Amino acid sequence: MKKHHITLNVNGDEYDALVEPQQSLLDVLRDKLMLTGTKEGCATGDCGACSVIVDGVLQCACLMLGVEAQGVHVETIEGMAQGSDLHPLQKAFLEFNGLQCGICTPGVLVAAKALLERNPDPTETEVRYWLAGNLCRCTGYDKLIQSVLIAAKEMRGA
Amino acid sequence: MTDLRYEAPNSLNAAVALLTEAKGLARVMAGGTDVIVQMEMDQSEPELIVDIKKIPKLRGISAENGGFRVGAATTGMQLCDHKTFAAAWPGVIDGVKLIGSIQVKGRASMGGNLCNASPGADSVPPMIAAGAIARVVGPNGVREVPVERIPTAPGKTSLAKGEIIASFFLPPRPKGSGDAYMRFTPRTEMDIAVTGVAINLTLDAEGVCTAARVAIGAVAPTALLVKDAGDALIGTKVDEAAIEKLVAATRAACKPIDDKRGTKAFRIEVTGVLARRVAMAALERARGNI
Repeated sequence: MKKHHITLNVNGDEYDALVEPQQSLLDVLRDKLMLTGTKEGCATGDCGACSVIVDGVLQCACLMLGVEAQGVHVETIEGMAQGSDLHPLQKAFLEFNGLQCGICTPGVLVAAKALLERNPDPTETEVRYWLAGNLCRCTGYDKLIQSVLIAAKEMRGA
Repeated sequence: MTDLRYEAPNSLNAAVALLTEAKGLARVMAGGTDVIVQMEMDQSEPELIVDIKKIPKLRGISAENGGFRVGAATTGMQLCDHKTFAAAWPGVIDGVKLIGSIQVKGRASMGGNLCNASPGADSVPPMIAAGAIARVVGPNGVREVPVERIPTAPGKTSLAKGEIIASFFLPPRPKGSGDAYMRFTPRTEMDIAVTGVAINLTLDAEGVCTAARVAIGAVAPTALLVKDAGDALIGTKVDEAAIEKLVAATRAACKPIDDKRGTKAFRIEVTGVLARRVAMAALERARGNI
């Protein structure tokens, strides 16, 4: 099968990879670039565990082919903390128990970050609708939503 | 899996040529939120994927002859974020907003939603009600096709080999126009329509309905334009008697299946309920524009 050479920027670092046309961006991130923070839940766009931001747009890494990623900028969970300084969302999730088993957490954090960049002061309803595509099988939704609201408040300096 | 070839041409002609010359199964891909899933689930094993997102004009919204030209690969989020378009066609946006999650809308397009030809595609009834025209480009030139003539059966379209939907034209909006779409689902988000109704209507200065188009989704093998339902409103002030006729005509047009998401009888009943609610929503929006 013909492989495609792609170069892409992930969290500010340049990477290159040889990808087969059927491989998803999720496969490329996890198996080629060894960035395993982005999780695979369903691989069909239903669960949001693989949420990443591509050129500023929140999407599921499983719903994009790796070959399409030539030249794009990708933001993943690995880029959220600055060294040992956690992002306010990460701090809020730790402090207010916004996670249980943790498998959905990277996707939820990336999706919540994308929301707060668009809307720094969302209502609870807005958070719930924005995160409707992120499934939590522990069903810890309430603490997760509250953690996002607390982080948003913190980030507004309120 | 057969060897898959990926091409991302930068012109429509090149895309049409690739599709026309393909020997095995070739799929057009815009956002890929159906195509990639079908490949992942082994429901589709294409030999060629033609990614149309690199073609200029296939992504984006522009003004044209008083209406809008929408590139077929324009994403749901681009549509929702386009203030002028969203203000002119709130009913189309009602439908687009219901396509999957925020993540899915970051990729998914109305062109893909239409060509995937699911009877429950949420952006299709409002586009039909809007009178949207698809510009189809293929090896024999360009055709302008009303959206309701694109899907022919679940998963099937009237597009010939080599043809691509390049864009949609949404006509100019007279004063006093309003549109709306609602669907019934057990959950509010991340679900598939059990039934859906879109209505687009125009009122004159006296509040008399001068034009109305009604479309239904998920209650027949394809979304349908229900002419009788629209006609029931024209010439009236969309009063109770007109609404009763609208509801009856909408129910009469349903040809639903029984399945796990709803029985025939339930779907027909709820389609009528939705028709009433959607008419009220479209009416309110139209009155806000007189």
